[in-house]
Amino acid sequence: MKELRLMKGNEALAEAAIRAGADAYFGYPITPQSEVIEYLMANKPEDRTGMVVLQAESEVAAINMVYGAAGCGKKAVTSSSSPGISLKQEGLSYIAGAELPCVVVNVVRGGPGLGTIQPSQSDYFQSVKGGGHGDYKLIVLAPSSVQESVDYMRLAFDLAFKYRNPVMIQSDGIIGQMMEKVELFEQQKRVEPDYEWATIGKKKDKPATFVTSLQLQAEEQEKVNLRLQKKYREVEKNEVRFEKVQCDDAEYLLTAFGSCARITRKAMEMARAKGYKVGMLRPQTLYPFPTEEFNKMAEQVKGILTVEMNAGQMVEDVKLSVCGKTKVEYFGRFGGMIPSPEEILNALEQKIIGG
Amino acid sequence: MTEEIIIAGFGGQGVLSMGQILCYSGVMQEKEVSWMPSYGPEMRGGTANCTAIISDDMISSPVLNTFDTAIVLNQPSMDKFEDAVKPGGLLIYESNGMTRKPKRKDINVCVIDAYDASVKMNNTKVFNMIVIGGFLKIRPILEMENIIKGLEKVLPERYHHLIPLNEEAIKKGMEIINVENQLN
Repeated sequence: MKELRLMKGNEALAEAAIRAGADAYFGYPITPQSEVIEYLMANKPEDRTGMVVLQAESEVAAINMVYGAAGCGKKAVTSSSSPGISLKQEGLSYIAGAELPCVVVNVVRGGPGLGTIQPSQSDYFQSVKGGGHGDYKLIVLAPSSVQESVDYMRLAFDLAFKYRNPVMIQSDGIIGQMMEKVELFEQQKRVEPDYEWATIGKKKDKPATFVTSLQLQAEEQEKVNLRLQKKYREVEKNEVRFEKVQCDDAEYLLTAFGSCARITRKAMEMARAKGYKVGMLRPQTLYPFPTEEFNKMAEQVKGILTVEMNAGQMVEDVKLSVCGKTKVEYFGRFGGMIPSPEEILNALEQKIIGG
Repeated sequence: MTEEIIIAGFGGQGVLSMGQILCYSGVMQEKEVSWMPSYGPEMRGGTANCTAIISDDMISSPVLNTFDTAIVLNQPSMDKFEDAVKPGGLLIYESNGMTRKPKRKDINVCVIDAYDASVKMNNTKVFNMIVIGGFLKIRPILEMENIIKGLEKVLPERYHHLIPLNEEAIKKGMEIINVENQLN
């Protein structure tokens, strides 16, 4: 029989990191993310796989430890929640600029500032458009269940190493704190890094390996940027992930990601029960965004409602995707408030079906 | 079958673990489950609640505003969640420390004096298991054998010798729950 466990989203992320064969976790506690580091400390992965778990002196230190480990070709992961992720932005920009792989988890809480400890999705722009400086992209995965938290941790490492790019798992207070049953994958072996780009010592006849995000010559820095952009086009071509629910006959479309997609799905079921032909398109990757799929659906439906636990962020990408082919409206709650399925249904009726 | 439950009370009454035990037992009975705690400021103020959903089908929203069943263990929780019970739903309250009776007439209401029973069992820690027993008497959605399996999963191994005591408490709860208002 397969191994089923009841786990919190945060614990599931931690267990999945161990099983994915991570070499190191560096982090700093913050609600609603603290169970990640708690679980790792309690589970002593050092005894299980040799994985290092360290509580750093700050979020800034943690991301720079990740930078260092990644430079040596190690599988490194850090996690935090919104204010802590803001502190990590410099490090993320450097890691993206130096083209190194790593996984960063953001269990989002309400902002701005210290905000609230309640769930939110207000870091969409920060994750997707780049919270740090420079033309860089994170690959952003948005789990909407505890199971997806497990699955995306493994996927995140795969993508990070495939593209040598930081990958963000954008969870939130709901997904992090809730318990659901999960099926865990088998323990993966930790591997000794043997990459050209990793600073792990070199033979005499090989040129020196540099890990840097600095090119003083503009011509060289432009080359770096062109290489990054080429990589991002590849990512956009290969890595778009989404889920469609009852879209075949849909006349109206709901869209949401992460925990909000769960609540929105309930609203969709309620709308169906009232006789409205409503479907749902849920981006699983926030970058790369399922642009083409939205564009296709725009030809079919009379309107799209994006539901978000923020003041309307993903709605901009939806609008860019549909190029004005259909009406796009936004509904959301924010600052740690969670929309109810009834509110979403009401917004759908007011703004899309009746509007 | 889908049962959407809110369990609320003071911190220390075992509210969060009641939800976990129901959910783990649900897993053992091959149900879909979801458990969502209050972890915000209300928890830091001493009251706690959790939403537990047990269903035959995929669970969409883990966060709800209305419930099939509310189990309330103190007056602030009754004040907050009495109105959140769906019409025709179930409200179970623990009579100790309550200053008023539920007002709703369109729901089923049951009362359980679990604290008193736990004192008589010489172990107030089984208070929450007595309440679970009462709930399962009214809504028999889980088999006893699966609850025992659930307890084995939730409790650390060093406490497994207490499982028979917990089973006894569940049975006690089934005996002592009283129906106050029953709809047809």
